[in-house]
Amino acid sequence: MSSLVIKDLHVAIGDKKIVQGLSLTINGGEVHAIMGPNGTGKSTLSKAIAGHPDYTITSGDVLLDGRSILDREADERARAGLFLAFQYPSEIPGVSIANFLRAAVQARLAEGEEIDATAYYKRLYSKMDLLKIDRKFTSRAVNDGFSGGEKKRCEILQMAMLEPKFALMDETDSGLDIDALRIVADGVNTLRGPNLGVLMITHYQRLLNYIVPDHVHVMWDGRIVKSGDKSLALELEAKGYDWVKKELAATATAAAATAATVA
Amino acid sequence: MKPPTDTLAAPAAEATDNPVAGIDQTKGDFSYNVAYAFDAGTGLSEDTVRYISSVKKEAPWILEFRLKALKKFLSMPMPTHWATKDLENINFDKIRYYLSQGQKPKRTWDEVPDDIKRTFERLGIPEQERKFLAGVEAQFDSEAAYSNIKEVVAKQGVIFVNSTEGLREHPELFKKFFAKVIPTGDNKFSALNSAVFSGGSFIYVPKGVKVAQPLQAYFRINAENFGQFERTLIIADEGAEVTYMEGCTAPKFSTSTLHSAVVELVALKGAKIQYITVQNWANNVFNLVTKRGIAHEEAEIKWIDCNIGSRLTMKYPGVVLKGRKARGEVISIALANDGQHQDTGAKMVHAADETTSNIVAKSISVGQGRSTYRGVVHIPKHLKGCKNNTECDALLINSHSRTDTYPAITVRGDRNFVQHEASVSKVNEEMIFYMQQRGLTEGQAMSLAVNGFINDLARQFPMEYSVELKRLIDLEMEGSVG
Repeated sequence: MSSLVIKDLHVAIGDKKIVQGLSLTINGGEVHAIMGPNGTGKSTLSKAIAGHPDYTITSGDVLLDGRSILDREADERARAGLFLAFQYPSEIPGVSIANFLRAAVQARLAEGEEIDATAYYKRLYSKMDLLKIDRKFTSRAVNDGFSGGEKKRCEILQMAMLEPKFALMDETDSGLDIDALRIVADGVNTLRGPNLGVLMITHYQRLLNYIVPDHVHVMWDGRIVKSGDKSLALELEAKGYDWVKKELAATATAAAATAATVA
Repeated sequence: MKPPTDTLAAPAAEATDNPVAGIDQTKGDFSYNVAYAFDAGTGLSEDTVRYISSVKKEAPWILEFRLKALKKFLSMPMPTHWATKDLENINFDKIRYYLSQGQKPKRTWDEVPDDIKRTFERLGIPEQERKFLAGVEAQFDSEAAYSNIKEVVAKQGVIFVNSTEGLREHPELFKKFFAKVIPTGDNKFSALNSAVFSGGSFIYVPKGVKVAQPLQAYFRINAENFGQFERTLIIADEGAEVTYMEGCTAPKFSTSTLHSAVVELVALKGAKIQYITVQNWANNVFNLVTKRGIAHEEAEIKWIDCNIGSRLTMKYPGVVLKGRKARGEVISIALANDGQHQDTGAKMVHAADETTSNIVAKSISVGQGRSTYRGVVHIPKHLKGCKNNTECDALLINSHSRTDTYPAITVRGDRNFVQHEASVSKVNEEMIFYMQQRGLTEGQAMSLAVNGFINDLARQFPMEYSVELKRLIDLEMEGSVG
């Protein structure tokens, strides 16, 4: 079984420390959700793991199947089985989705090996059927002039074709109306299975009604401060992030009191 | 004017990892020792011009034409009041103006001398000829080494020879149109070409004949410090249609090489000429070319001009829309990599009612590369129903690259329609990261972005050329990743 292990990770953008000692283990087949208020480092976490050059990992490690990926370029991490579904996917004018995916699939072949075009299109069409995507979709340029929903659907299709071991889904629900959200969630649920581990990053509990996670983590100030099962998400929804904040403050006070007593 | 010497660079290594011919610079970067039978020596004088004319056994009027042009060239200043000062780095005294093994091209590859044949074989020209061309002319330095046209095309009366043969065998036809589209003194470099021209194609397509497959010329510079000055004249008679493609390469020398061609097209009533260039000069080549066509009534001239490589390219293909309802089009793609300046554009001169012109120019600047677009659209006041559409888009890859646009549109009168759009975009880090996250290397990502940028234009190329263009861009972009 595959595993993605994040060990005491610290990430900075320039001088600014964003992620400060985050640890998490995801096994193949599991769906984890990270929730937290804006500015707490959720998106930074996913981009740093994916290898974005603006994000510096100052300490800690990320292991994919037991091997550190931090010495690898973003494209090597991707080919090793890591997929990032972007919050804001880039537009690539003039490059059709079909050609883009073809290049991505080709990049995974050994040097000198040519992609079998017939087999490729057969597989692409079967994935599109699976995700109920219209055939015309892949002749459009990647994300060029797409609605929010279309962009996310394009991400899901890419994920289906590239068959990663782990998918990091960054605010997949942002900017989507309820219909688009349902379509995207259906896609993820279709792809869900023992060979795929998912880390969903979200601000709202809403998405988790459609993609039910096995584990829920609350992120605060660059770390995970609370973990639980799906009921934690509901509790958060009912009580708000302030509840976590108060609990954290209480813990801190207690710790300080304990420290004082000991002294 | 001494006998030939064999002082060329030693042959480069045979090893090459790209099987596609003639298009990428690594592929073109080799040279073989060649024994030249004719050599005009170094530097330019009246003697040089006389030597060229005499080895070609030209009619007196041609020599006179050349000598007049030389005077013109010497009297004209470098156009550095508007063009780059880099032009001043051309040392005309150090250039060799004529090198050949003979003035008569061979009709079969078997007859081509081995030392020249292996160059074209390595560039894949004979193979392309078999596959998809109606005729091929292969010029090696000053003269065509090989020139042939498929029998079925020749039988229709189509003439496809080099300019030396054209002048000798079809003087009446040649003289009638020669230097009429581009006068000697059009610019300093057209004057230079007129003085020392050699090689290039002469094509005549008779009335109503539509040549189905393209005719292709391949221009190869082999010698160091050499100047190639081909002269091409294409005449499509009434209702005729022809597509001409040219490719160019040179080995990479440390000293500069000059390529200064003049290309004239004449499309008579209802004729169609499509002229496709995929140039890929090594980055020591000054490529200063004048290209213009005259489109008569209901005729159509389309330039597809793709400029990759060279140190400096200055080229603005133009169409004079002389007859009613004539159409002109320029599709231009320029890629300027480190140390290169692509100064390209288009000229459309409307000279009759209801004429239409279309210019689409896309430039890509990489690293320190610089792209400049210059466009001229002229519609005088007395005309009506004329239309022009101009689009120029620039793509910048990294912050050091530079792009400038100088459109000059003069439209008088109120019965004409002009549209101009320009855009500058950047391949940004986020786009590259997005593609890398899908498993593409940085080089593959940039190359895909560039191919996407020119995709709508590349689709207008014949398939064989668009595949080569894509491969060439892949190579350029792979090499540009630090």
